Amino acid sequence: MSKSVRFLIPLIIFGALVILLVIGLGKDPSKVPSPLIGKHVPVFSLPELTDPSRSVSNEDLKGQISLVNVWASWCGSCRQEHQALMALSKETDFQVVGLNWKDAAQDALAVLRMTGNPYAMVGYDPDNKVGLHWGVYGAPETFVVDQAGIIRYKHIGPIDRKVWEETLQPLVAQLKAEGA
Amino acid sequence: MPPALNLYPLLKMDPLIKMSCMIKSLLLGALLLLGSGSVSAYTLEEFQFDSPEQQTEFRELIAKLRCLVCQNESLAGSQAELAQDLRNEVYRMMRAGQSQDEILDFLVERYGDFVLYDPPLKPSTYLLWFGPFVLIGIAGFVVVRTILSKKRAADEPISASEQERLQALLDNSPDSPSSSSRST
Repeated sequence: MSKSVRFLIPLIIFGALVILLVIGLGKDPSKVPSPLIGKHVPVFSLPELTDPSRSVSNEDLKGQISLVNVWASWCGSCRQEHQALMALSKETDFQVVGLNWKDAAQDALAVLRMTGNPYAMVGYDPDNKVGLHWGVYGAPETFVVDQAGIIRYKHIGPIDRKVWEETLQPLVAQLKAEGA
Repeated sequence: MPPALNLYPLLKMDPLIKMSCMIKSLLLGALLLLGSGSVSAYTLEEFQFDSPEQQTEFRELIAKLRCLVCQNESLAGSQAELAQDLRNEVYRMMRAGQSQDEILDFLVERYGDFVLYDPPLKPSTYLLWFGPFVLIGIAGFVVVRTILSKKRAADEPISASEQERLQALLDNSPDSPSSSSRST
């Protein structure tokens, strides 16, 4: 090994370390990967928020693609993504299912009354009974569930145009192709 | 003296109010400084135990678990609402007679390894656990090799031609005794 190359080695190692640290800086530590990806949705049954005589269960997430959106009336970012969800609710390739998390029914219903209801159904989970099994630790979170009821993706934070176009839409298209 | 502050909205996590943990700590600190006794912080008192051993076990368990909202706090230390939910769940499972490992596995299955303060030893964490030792090993090897090669170079007798060259340099040097009068 020639001398000049030997002197370059520390520089190369330093450069590699810098690249590693820069990548680390760009990651959001509050986004914890879900261990539930690739697994069946947890078995659950919750009363439906708008009609407590009905229920929402894991069986409702089979047979078609579902976006399971965890939300609450106290959550500001949920309001932010509400318009996006309203637009998505018009799509026919999948259903949007709500999981109303750690919320009071009258507050949640007021939000839906005032801003519209994007959900095909909403499970009402005021005390985190079901959210815990889904590994929910904040709102909003959105799970993509395939036709077989398997969780394929978890998005943490609000859905906006960028998230939809770059991540969720391609995934939904892929799941649709798989199921067809 | 401030009235009982409602910290409730701050304790729920939302990406927009990620700072809530810090704000909450500051608020608590400020209130403590003011000498206000009206902060309702969680205590272990609300959990009932059959025996001191059970209480110790519960404390140990929640100290091993991370609160995912205020990520640098354990379940034992966090005032976040999610932490309270998880403490309740841990308590419920413990009362139901489940072992520490069963409870930890239950939470790892749902929240991932990150919920544990101690990362488990498995292929994906080998680098984390053994990386530092590998680095120390490499550094040690390089240091030892460098020292040995230096030592070897110093011990090597110089060749006849080198000796000749050295002598020539010494003779021509202004400091050499034969050619200089400046030496004292």
